[in-house]
Amino acid sequence: MHMIRRLETAAGNLYKEKLIRGFCHLYSGQEACAVGMKAAMRPQDSIISAYRVHGWTYLMGVEPVGVIAELTGRQSGCVRGKGGSMHMYAKNFYGGNGIVGAQVPLGVGVAFAAKYSGTDGVCLALYGDGAANQGQIFEVYNIAKLWDIPCIFVCENNGYGMGTSAERGSASTAFYTRGDYIPGIWVDGMDILAVREATQFAINHCISGKGPLVMETMTYRYSGHSMSDPGTSYRTREEVQDVRQTRDPITSFKEKILTAGLVTADELKKLENDIRVTIDEAVKKAKTDNEIGLDELPCDVYSAPLEPTVRGITPWNNLEHKRLGPAVNLH
Amino acid sequence: MVTLSTGSVILVNVAKFLTRRAFSTSRIVEAQQMTVRDALNTGLDEEMERDERVFLLGEEVAMYDGAYKISRGLWKKYGDKRVIDTPITEMGFAGIAVGAAMAGLRPVCEFMTFNFSMQAIDQVINSAAKTFYMSAGKVNVPIVFRGPNGAAAGVAAQHSQCFGAWYSHCPGLKVVSPYTAEDHKGLIKAAIRDPDPVVVLENEILYGVAFPVSDEAMSKDFLVPIGKAKIERPGSHITLVAHSRAVELSLDAAKELAGEGIECEVINLRSIRPLDEETIVKSVIKTNHLITVEQGWPQCGIGSEVCARIMESEAFYHLDAPVIRVTGVDAPMPYTKSLELAALPQPHDIVRAVKRVLNVK
Repeated sequence: MHMIRRLETAAGNLYKEKLIRGFCHLYSGQEACAVGMKAAMRPQDSIISAYRVHGWTYLMGVEPVGVIAELTGRQSGCVRGKGGSMHMYAKNFYGGNGIVGAQVPLGVGVAFAAKYSGTDGVCLALYGDGAANQGQIFEVYNIAKLWDIPCIFVCENNGYGMGTSAERGSASTAFYTRGDYIPGIWVDGMDILAVREATQFAINHCISGKGPLVMETMTYRYSGHSMSDPGTSYRTREEVQDVRQTRDPITSFKEKILTAGLVTADELKKLENDIRVTIDEAVKKAKTDNEIGLDELPCDVYSAPLEPTVRGITPWNNLEHKRLGPAVNLH
Repeated sequence: MVTLSTGSVILVNVAKFLTRRAFSTSRIVEAQQMTVRDALNTGLDEEMERDERVFLLGEEVAMYDGAYKISRGLWKKYGDKRVIDTPITEMGFAGIAVGAAMAGLRPVCEFMTFNFSMQAIDQVINSAAKTFYMSAGKVNVPIVFRGPNGAAAGVAAQHSQCFGAWYSHCPGLKVVSPYTAEDHKGLIKAAIRDPDPVVVLENEILYGVAFPVSDEAMSKDFLVPIGKAKIERPGSHITLVAHSRAVELSLDAAKELAGEGIECEVINLRSIRPLDEETIVKSVIKTNHLITVEQGWPQCGIGSEVCARIMESEAFYHLDAPVIRVTGVDAPMPYTKSLELAALPQPHDIVRAVKRVLNVK
């Protein structure tokens, strides 16, 4: 959680320095959700989410430098800078998706494939309170239930869909019930242990053949929707402060484990220090590393290109289509 | 499949063989016919048998045997796991199909017609087409989207649109539009084996049409390469370029024109992305005249793309006349029978256009 918090802080700063362009959606405040869920995931499980995924990318195996350099668009980014903030991928992590809601049917498809292939895996398909009203989500609630697909629909309810509070956007804010005929559970998303236990329960539910489940994690984001949103025109500073002071997932977990004597203050300090060093080094690399060459612009449009070139800006400079990536579904 | 009785075929062909000098032996048995429907059905069946990861999903594909009977018998043979009826929720099931492909399966996602694919087009473009590129070559999406495209008969405006231009616009997709039964069989198989997303634009009117099928095409490994056009009819005076049903119209026009001494070279595109520019250019260099024929609307259509490519190529300098596009009328499709006929190019429209381009009465 601490790593993610530091990573997101670094990302925010880099964005303010204009070294990150376009969209940048920070996860600060929501760490307990991702880390709690990951703690319950088994190697054969997959996850897919929308665009607030820097933390997930790290959790699914990408080193912090791979995340931060992707944000600054450099070659050591996990997808070489070609995807950016919203399009990062790792093993069993299907992004990083920019179109609100589209990731949920994809997630059901991943879970479908797990069932089809007999891997015993489940897929966690994450979406926010803003996306929860998307028609395509209801379309796949229906199919997932009909076909007993091992998909866990996770609604990360951080209270706001961009600048629209959940109450202003949803006739029903009981997101864990929106699955109707799909049972749902509500979890305190600021409590990492609760999230882990709930996810464990959800996975057991799916793999025991009971079909899909909806899980709503009630959480909070400290930043605005993205870096272009100060996050104060639709909520009060006091509200944000209040959550930081009373419900911060990292602070509360820290207190818990210190009080229980599971760690010492010194151990935590060392951990936090190491994390700071890791992030600092990652930021340095992300600032100084090169972008990929122009020859990679026409690279990997197809995994099996049928033409040697890609049409350029004019017909006189067609570009050579190269193949670089591993294309995991080639054969 | 319809064949003459084997005995009479052999006698006739033995006689032919004895009376001719140079003879290709593969022609002797080219007496078998196959409808486009059966070609697709066979292609799907063969690929499902070959690769367990291939499965078919869509509305009515299983128990109903397919809205147009393309998947007839497949559910009986392969069962619920591999031939799956979906609810009427295109965006949902197309997204599920794309996700399954990302995770390594080989889905064939049927749209009952491509008009309904508009409901799911975000999944086709943003999830399927772009993911390989966005992931820097990590996650390829081996999916096939197939179904009838374009004008049918009497189904009016919302069920008659051609989506060739829409899908062929997007890098990351491969788009094919077969005409003959062999095209359909070879291309559906190639599409399923292809590790990238392929859009297969079929045609409802063609489903029932029977074509002669070579022995080679009967093989379980028969493939038609994606991206290669075929010259259906060689000619020297003018080139006609078309895809899908428009190839039939062009061939009909060519037959009529041949009677008047005008020899048309008819190119069956078979694929519209990639577009076989080389074949078209070569043909134009030979004939010096070009007409594109399509049933879709004119603006930004397939014909427009062919024109642009010719302009930008060496073929421009060989043109003796501007390239003309013969297209559907630029209006939504009417239901009225006579209006519908007038809204789509007919062979006589092509004949007239050819004569005008060649400056012949």
